[in-house]
Amino acid sequence: MAICLWCDCDIVPHITWPSLFSPEKPTRLCQACTYRLYKLQGPRCRICSRETEESTCHDCAWWAQYFNNEDVLAFNYAIYLYNDHMKDIITKWKYRGDYVLGHMFADVFYETFQRVFSNLKEEVLVVPIPLSDERLAERGFNQAEMLAHFLCEQPSSFVERVQGEKQSKKTRQERILSKNHFKIKKRINKPVILVDDIYTTGATLRHVAVQLRKNGCPKVYGFTLARG
Amino acid sequence: MSSNDMTPSQVIPPTTDLAQIYAGKCLLRNEIMLDNIQFEVLLNQGIFKPLPSFHRKFLWHQCNRCGNDKASLLGTIPCARCHTSHLYCRKCIEMGRVMTCEPLYAWAGPDPIWPCHLQPCTWEGQLTSAQQQGASCVADAITQGRSELLVWAVCGAGKTEMLFQGITEALKQGKRICIATPRADVVRELKPRMQRAFKGVSIQALFGGSAERDGTAQLIIATTHQLLRFQKAFDVMIIDEVDAFPFHADPSLPFATYRAKKTLGTTIYLTATPRKQQRNRIKRQKLPHVFIPNRYHGHPLPVPQMRMTRTLAKALRAYYLPDSCITWLKKRQNPQRQLLIFIPEIALAKQLLTPLAKTLITERVIEDVDSVSYVHAHDPERLEKVKQFRQKELSVLLTTTILERGVTFPSVDVIVLNAGHDIFDEAALVQISGRAGRSADDPTGEVVFFHDGKTEAMMQAIKQIKMMNERGGF
Ligand SMILES: [Zn+2]
Ligand SMILES: [Zn+2]
Ligand SMILES: [Zn+2]
Repeated sequence: MAICLWCDCDIVPHITWPSLFSPEKPTRLCQACTYRLYKLQGPRCRICSRETEESTCHDCAWWAQYFNNEDVLAFNYAIYLYNDHMKDIITKWKYRGDYVLGHMFADVFYETFQRVFSNLKEEVLVVPIPLSDERLAERGFNQAEMLAHFLCEQPSSFVERVQGEKQSKKTRQERILSKNHFKIKKRINKPVILVDDIYTTGATLRHVAVQLRKNGCPKVYGFTLARG
Repeated sequence: MSSNDMTPSQVIPPTTDLAQIYAGKCLLRNEIMLDNIQFEVLLNQGIFKPLPSFHRKFLWHQCNRCGNDKASLLGTIPCARCHTSHLYCRKCIEMGRVMTCEPLYAWAGPDPIWPCHLQPCTWEGQLTSAQQQGASCVADAITQGRSELLVWAVCGAGKTEMLFQGITEALKQGKRICIATPRADVVRELKPRMQRAFKGVSIQALFGGSAERDGTAQLIIATTHQLLRFQKAFDVMIIDEVDAFPFHADPSLPFATYRAKKTLGTTIYLTATPRKQQRNRIKRQKLPHVFIPNRYHGHPLPVPQMRMTRTLAKALRAYYLPDSCITWLKKRQNPQRQLLIFIPEIALAKQLLTPLAKTLITERVIEDVDSVSYVHAHDPERLEKVKQFRQKELSVLLTTTILERGVTFPSVDVIVLNAGHDIFDEAALVQISGRAGRSADDPTGEVVFFHDGKTEAMMQAIKQIKMMNERGGF
């Protein structure tokens, strides 16, 4: 019997006629824990995936203007809303370091990736947002890298985070204009899909995107588990 | 620190100071507030001893901090530091991750010296003769260094006061004491009472999110969970509500309380409703015990009445109060009493609240809808609502089993809606019944089980209450 990764209860298998003939993949979450996750589904901002009636949300319009109508990020696709349940899961997974919790997202992350990015004709590079060496040593793993591994065998690792002060103390403006903490180790000539756990302000993805574009990358996309 | 500093070995605080902080603990490196140089020195001197974080049991592993050996709660992580995969414990991860590449550290330096207090007790109250009997047994067990004693005291016996004498004796001998309880609410409530009773003694309360964290006092009041950081720390371990969920359901909690006491320490169990396992040990004379069947005010326990209500399921499904309930409401002995209504599920509480308020207004039990509220375990306003009920700002409180124990209201009638539900086991029903008649001013109170079919639990609960009254001389 499968056991729920989140609440450790036994998962009662859900037997329906179709599932008798084609057994479904083992679920990692019980029904109650699955229901509490909210998949973004209605109309969304075409840039950042926030649920909204507008085609481009207020924040993304601001970004477009900031980059003189050429946002460095083509778009970011997010799967879930960053609700309280998601917040609890991500906190335990990433900050407490409960590595195996990430497995609950393996299938949905891969399947959504196939659906959203399959129309990209050329070869793309999957790049997880790196952690600083210090953070990595502290946590033992990088959650973005774990997500990227669900998509491909060998995610690229030519982006590096150079040591910098903590971001949270600054205002948004200061944060955007402050020193870019990312470095690209080589020239890139293929489009890149940046992978991270949450899209909050979009500043991190764009920081990396700016550097990638400077180093020859033609297009940068984002793919995140949640939209904050 | 300035650069003309002393050499590292000189900056190490004296081991007697460190012993007060680290002795009796089992910690991860990042829980030890010493820099790497200081720590290295102490490790080389053998003052801290590394322990493997997991312990191999035949085919499986056990976490050495929390005792967890459940496969689904042991994870594997590819460690970025070591570039290999490790085992880690998911069970106790909220307290920092225990993994194979990082040992736990235990103090192996000199034992800390706790003060011997001459006259530590500042409590001036009087014990009843029943309480005195319990208090003497506890004190004897402690002074004679016996390993175990179970205090079986009915709800409302005043068990906290029964501990004072034993704690006093322990403090006189310079012993270290822990009171462990499953609920954080109880820890919060117990701390000021202990501080008043032992004014000159260092006392700390530890629970998830408590301001005090280091656990360096001579008298510690903690949730059982917080004891996972201790090892051979206490001479006296008092376990409150030893039968309570989750203590009774979660194997890591008995593990933690057992490990936190010294090998030759004394364990005192407190309970109003011992579980079968404990009762069997008592019967076989394997567990010394003292039985206190009398409440502190000297009146018997209210015996629950059973009310067969055929329409119960139908009424609850449609969210109204069954007729038998209304009939009972009209004929209550003392309509002045507040009303505590136990229900099996939170969902029911939400739905029942408004119709219930309307009925109660019609029956003149309350005057407006704001006099009724409900609480459950995850209610963020739980403490506030309980306080309002205690201050009589609320007349009626709907509750799940969360209020079955540990809370005292002076004058209430108690009803259980659907007492036949599985969640109401024998212990729960005895505890619930024990909420009534708690004060000397109103020592009685009605307890009614509304059901649509008697259960073994209901009958056993009533039998147990009657037995206790009988043994109490009524
Ligand atoms: Zn679950
Ligand atoms: Zn947007
Ligand atoms: Zn553990």
